[in-house]
Amino acid sequence: MKDKILVVSAIKDGTVIDHIQANSLFKVISILGLDKIDKTITFGTNLESKKLGRKAIIKLSDIFFKDKDINKIALVAPDAKLNIIRNYEVVEKKIVEVPDEISGIVKCMNPQCITNFEKVITRFDVISKKDVKLKCRYCEKITDQEHMEILK
Amino acid sequence: MKNKSLVSINDYTKDEYLKILNLAETFEENPVRDLMSGKVVATLFFEPSTRTRLSFESAVNRLGGKIIGFSDSNSSSVSKGETLYDTIKTVSNYCDLIVMRHPLEGSARFASEISPVPVINAGDGANQHPSQTLLDLYSIKKTQGKLDEINIFMVGDLKYGRTVHSLLMAMSKFKTTFHFIAPDELKMPEEYKLFLDSLGLRYYEHRDFTDIISEADIIYMTRVQKERFSDPIEYEKTKNAYILREHMLKNTKHNLKILHPLPRVTEIDTCLDINPKAYYFVQALNGVFVRQAIITSILGLI
Repeated sequence: MKDKILVVSAIKDGTVIDHIQANSLFKVISILGLDKIDKTITFGTNLESKKLGRKAIIKLSDIFFKDKDINKIALVAPDAKLNIIRNYEVVEKKIVEVPDEISGIVKCMNPQCITNFEKVITRFDVISKKDVKLKCRYCEKITDQEHMEILK
Repeated sequence: MKNKSLVSINDYTKDEYLKILNLAETFEENPVRDLMSGKVVATLFFEPSTRTRLSFESAVNRLGGKIIGFSDSNSSSVSKGETLYDTIKTVSNYCDLIVMRHPLEGSARFASEISPVPVINAGDGANQHPSQTLLDLYSIKKTQGKLDEINIFMVGDLKYGRTVHSLLMAMSKFKTTFHFIAPDELKMPEEYKLFLDSLGLRYYEHRDFTDIISEADIIYMTRVQKERFSDPIEYEKTKNAYILREHMLKNTKHNLKILHPLPRVTEIDTCLDINPKAYYFVQALNGVFVRQAIITSILGLI
């Protein structure tokens, strides 16, 4: 708890994404396109966490997300929690929720799917949110959590 | 259904199935009608399928429409490296409707999204072949006088068989009881059984043909292909277990009909062909009427 306050208090305005599974940090960075942003961002990973074992945290100065965008990370970081910071204070806490539909982001695991051959944006219906299962709108095959590959 | 592509059997409702089947009946009564004069249908077969292509072309020809297209990708610009996107964008300028078969799964959905004219999926890899399913439904309805509460036995390759999966999805709307007869290596996938569970529909699994087929209204045969087996010895051991022979029909019901999507290899003994319960060749003829119904509905000609 002490840790968290220290981390949060370090930025004036922005967003802190906490409780990311450590091995999902780079996927979160890729999904949110943080590698292409010129604002101050701090990443921490392999931090101890009672709940997750090892967790990662991202602090983003002057960046605020729309729910629709931030919810995309629920695919790889279902336990992530957001703290919205204004003038060093946490003004809002949010949890992420897997959306009903996913467009782009995930690669269809079916090697015979058209999306793996032609320039087609992948589209999935989310048929299970807890143990994530995505049904491809094109080939109708299921991509599950275990085989989920994030598109670059 | 006007202008609505037919990509997956799961896109259509029970009412829409029944509309097509009722319309197909009118084509069976009167198959040669000048409804498609001036219409051009493109049959794009990126992989060969003589039976399906001829059935669609026969349906169009009997309605006075014209056909353009190709019957395998070697005779098209695909062999020059053209993308499916470009082929569809180009060909859709030349026709009122596209009928396509393609080896990649999801190709027909993609085509339907980019094409300004409707698309009928005539098979996208192992995924969907909805006109086959509709003609199967038509054959069941015609021979049984109903679609509700049918006892259907699916036999052979239930793991990879696209036709049995689509038929299962469609028949699940009609209080069907399912029996699956397959070797262990080719059993009905878990996801379909879970789906039936979720609807509270009954299904039974068997490894062999047994006396139980005396309960069948429909036996739906499929081909057990050698290349599906990881162990060739296992194939040799099992191949003969899934061949339907005349003596096995002794105690079966009067209304029983044997269906097969064709092509048949050895799984139905040819001696059975003259048995009144053998229905697979008539089933193929029904395909023409059903395709006439699908095409005229989509083009809004009826």
